[in-house]
Amino acid sequence: MKYKGNAFKYGRDINTDDIIAAKYLVSWDKTELGKNCMETIDPDFVKNVKPGDIIVAEENFGCGSSREHAPMAIEGAGVSVVIAKSFARIFYRNSLNTGLPLLESPEAVDGITAGDAIEVDTESGKITDVTTGQSWQAKPYPPFMQELIKAGGLINYIKEKRG
Amino acid sequence: MSSTITEKILAAHAGQKTVKPNDLLEIDVDVVLSNDVTAPIAITEFRRVGVKTVFDKDKVVMVADHYVPGKDVKSAEQAKFMREFAEEQDLTNYFDVGCGGVEHALLPEKGLIKPGDAVIGADSHTCTYGALGAFATGMGSTDIAAAMATGKIWVKVPASLKFVYNGRPGRWVYGKDLMLAAIGRVGVDGALYKAMEFTGEAIDEMSVDQRLSMTNMAIEAGAKNGIMAPNQATLDYVRSRTDAPFTVYASDADAAYEEVFEFDAGEIEPLVAFPHLPSNVRPISQVGTVPINQVVIGSCTNGRLEDMRVAAEVLRGHKAAKNVRLIVIPATQEVYRAAMKEGLFDVFLDANAAVSTPTCGPCLGGHMGVLAAGERAVATTNRNFVGRMGHKESEVYLANPAVAAASAILGRIGGPDEI
Repeated sequence: MKYKGNAFKYGRDINTDDIIAAKYLVSWDKTELGKNCMETIDPDFVKNVKPGDIIVAEENFGCGSSREHAPMAIEGAGVSVVIAKSFARIFYRNSLNTGLPLLESPEAVDGITAGDAIEVDTESGKITDVTTGQSWQAKPYPPFMQELIKAGGLINYIKEKRG
Repeated sequence: MSSTITEKILAAHAGQKTVKPNDLLEIDVDVVLSNDVTAPIAITEFRRVGVKTVFDKDKVVMVADHYVPGKDVKSAEQAKFMREFAEEQDLTNYFDVGCGGVEHALLPEKGLIKPGDAVIGADSHTCTYGALGAFATGMGSTDIAAAMATGKIWVKVPASLKFVYNGRPGRWVYGKDLMLAAIGRVGVDGALYKAMEFTGEAIDEMSVDQRLSMTNMAIEAGAKNGIMAPNQATLDYVRSRTDAPFTVYASDADAAYEEVFEFDAGEIEPLVAFPHLPSNVRPISQVGTVPINQVVIGSCTNGRLEDMRVAAEVLRGHKAAKNVRLIVIPATQEVYRAAMKEGLFDVFLDANAAVSTPTCGPCLGGHMGVLAAGERAVATTNRNFVGRMGHKESEVYLANPAVAAASAILGRIGGPDEI
């Protein structure tokens, strides 16, 4: 899939309480959760984010709680892709399962400035900063995870396997 | 081939002789856990699989603990959604208000976790059970849904990091402090995707309650699991709570570790994790003057009976400072009753503490002790992220129960030696 949007930049160790505060864990509707995404650390985020926009962050994005509400809130806010230097493991699995594409590229994170227009091809892993003309190659997903993504997530994968 | 305890348990659950780090496995799971916040999504996803019943009604465990007793209509609806599913599926191990408590204190108590088990839960602190010699890790709701349907889950074998604690911890130093020392050393992503294995004299001699409070926080270093070979206290504990057979695993002497970290337990002071990361630790002697508004003693980290006893030992004959709200939350019904019978409630009530029914409540800023702007709390919980216990301009300082109790009396962060 190809995505296009503007970059929102964040630091390291962005935790799942930052992404969606626990007080909002009384809903499991993506759109509802999306209304309060990033509220604690960036109250203007939901005002400024437009469909397709991209989150760019440093190391250990999504650390903390196992709440699947976190990738759901990011999707619900309209974000298409998250690019980070590294991801916390439960968040990584959850994103794979809920269908939020993640790309790991320390170079892209260093190269991208907040507000830049970004193009991402999740299949090839190519990230292009349209504003500066730079481009980078993200780490490809391991083969098993590509299979999961192709199936449309873990539940569909299991359904396929069960026939 | 020599293996770590984590590798041995994973190999056994994948039907393989040996495994090595980065192998991708499909494992059989012994316990599949979720709670009132994560179960609703798991149940919704489970319905999509197209099976009618869970793979094993004894092994799918659900606990109402986060927003119970119901804090508002929406949270009550979530709990109801889970309750109705538990009834429909006739789950053997469904624990509601009055019958359970905080999940990671509850499951070991109920004899549901045994050495050698593979446990997954839709809660990041599922890693707690590693203290009993099990492989245990947190996942999201969809992974849990898949395991509820099939009894299996995919896992990548983690590389192991070894944390060796030589010597014996001093007075007022507990598993919590040893763990904060490890997180302070490696950082909040220092064990990302890895197994944290704890060994050494201090671990071998440690009580079950303290061991559980250590592995509980493995996720705070980013780890997939925290684990300890069962010691005698652990084996006695498990055998007193279940008749089911189990296999005890331990790492081979020449097992491979990616890195080894050594600590002298005798040199570790009570530690306090300052805002806003659990890795931001300072020894109690170097905290300076930090006035506080609230103290919370409880949670899946430090809400067990030994924690209650430690807090009571410090609080006995004292009162919380005038401007401090002291909240004590025994983690389970069993801890609650035992603390009451031992007379600890008298100590807490004499200290002007509010003693609450078991709940995760304030730990995640849910209810029962949410902080206002500018307020500071010392908590025996596990996370001190921005806004974790309430307003984004509030602060949480993580400490052991003795430090938390002493701080309540002092009205500022301080150790029990000052009392």
